Amino acid sequence: MRIRPPVPDDLRSSAITPESLYLTRREWLAAAGLTVGAIAGAGALLPSQADAQQPLGKPFGLQPDDKATPWADVTSYNNFYEFGTGKDEPADMAKGFKPRPWTVVVDGLVKKPGSYALEDFMKAGRVEDRIYRHRCVEAWSMVIPWRGIMLGDVLRRADPAPGAKYVEFTTLYDPARMPGQRSAVLRWPYTEGLRLDEAMHPLTLLATGVYGRDLPNQNGAPLRLVVPWKYGFKGIKSIVRIRLTDRQPATAWNVSAPDEYGFFCNVNPTVDHPRWSQAKERRIGEFLRRPTLMFNGYADDVASLYAGMDLRRNY
Amino acid sequence: MAMREWGSATRARTSTWTRPRWWSWAVWTAILVPGSVVIIGLVSDLLLGTRWLGSNPVKEGELVLGQLTIKYLVATLAVTPVRRMLGWNWVQRDRRTFGLAACFYGLAHFLWYALLDIQLDLGQLGTDLTKRTYIVVGFLGLLVMLPLALTSTVAAIAKMKQRWVALHRWTYLVPALGVTHWWMSVKADIGEPVVYTSVFATLLGWRWWHARRDTSGHAATPFTRPRTP
Repeated sequence: MRIRPPVPDDLRSSAITPESLYLTRREWLAAAGLTVGAIAGAGALLPSQADAQQPLGKPFGLQPDDKATPWADVTSYNNFYEFGTGKDEPADMAKGFKPRPWTVVVDGLVKKPGSYALEDFMKAGRVEDRIYRHRCVEAWSMVIPWRGIMLGDVLRRADPAPGAKYVEFTTLYDPARMPGQRSAVLRWPYTEGLRLDEAMHPLTLLATGVYGRDLPNQNGAPLRLVVPWKYGFKGIKSIVRIRLTDRQPATAWNVSAPDEYGFFCNVNPTVDHPRWSQAKERRIGEFLRRPTLMFNGYADDVASLYAGMDLRRNY
Repeated sequence: MAMREWGSATRARTSTWTRPRWWSWAVWTAILVPGSVVIIGLVSDLLLGTRWLGSNPVKEGELVLGQLTIKYLVATLAVTPVRRMLGWNWVQRDRRTFGLAACFYGLAHFLWYALLDIQLDLGQLGTDLTKRTYIVVGFLGLLVMLPLALTSTVAAIAKMKQRWVALHRWTYLVPALGVTHWWMSVKADIGEPVVYTSVFATLLGWRWWHARRDTSGHAATPFTRPRTP
């Protein structure tokens, strides 16, 4: 069995838990547990308090005052247009969705294409818990304890062919099971894309869980992408296909509104959305707005991917 | 004169039903309850951690207040067609009440945005009010409503006479600005703005139809205007 160091070698310093935070992790976790516990006490569904107080994973790129967003918010305030365009609709409309059995196809410019049952697909990497900041393009944010494997491991197993430059992701297309797909609010199926180096970055995660449990349907069950330095809509949900290509894939929101949503969609407080400022964000659960951080606080890890690029043009 | 007002008298239906006693209560309940629920919901969500307005109560409250503005505009514009079609002449006095409610909710929507959403970030306010078209359009809608609300008193109607009628024709611009603002503000799902645009188109189309049939009909007629003696 291959033994992997807990933190990949190529991860930069800020992704490693700052020592001060590490030393206070028990207090931090207790605080997170308290928040979740308070919600559970208020009658929301969640993990018992004992569950919530268990370690939720390593914090990546968190600031000292970042606290995990309560389960009740993470699982009830969702953008998942396949199950309705209202924030509270996916939690309701996805109730009957059956995310298993599930098959994921990896193909395109790879030497070892394959079609995997989800359980086998996940054997590409080591499942870990990671706490990430999550910044929606709509200027709200959360802190979410994900569970998943690194996308890089999946791609290494497929062995990219020399011409591969991009990765295209596709959501399930099944209007009978995803009622939102019956109206043409977006081009279905939802597609997303990353440059290959973004996809191979050790922060890029394929998540199957949140808060130590399987992903609830409204969060993108059974498999979703998490790219913490990009706006949330890059995190495509209910993935059925991962295809490597030599040209930039079309992405759902870019097709829908190219002047508002580009290919990169990196969190950037200095580049406004045409209709609103991105300089600040409202953390769910907080009243006062916070300043938005460059690359959502992951600049030390990912800024080099975009060296020399005009981020105003490549939004 | 009454025979010439809004279509011919032969076509206008009359009703012997007088204003029910509970009607005013219903109108004021319809106006005050939604706003109170939003404010109480926000306070409860922020201070007690409830989720009456969902996980993002500031944003949700802002959207609800904007939608309420549109709904009271519908009510305002529906009064005259309802009066004409059902013969409920007594409903006419509610037009001003609904119009004031629309203005009140529009103002509340703007103040909510400025104070609670962007939290008096004057830099952002300046950018929004100059560069973001949908905010400019919405703000214009509010600016049009304010003088109409301020001149809605009986004294102003009596004093301004025909100028009042001319000024209050601006009412018809407000729903156009309102739905445009809403339409431009949504990311992809334009379902609700489309519904309200159709409703306004129907209400304004009805007026256009009647105005064409009877050129002497006045679109904006103060409810205190004397009837035939």
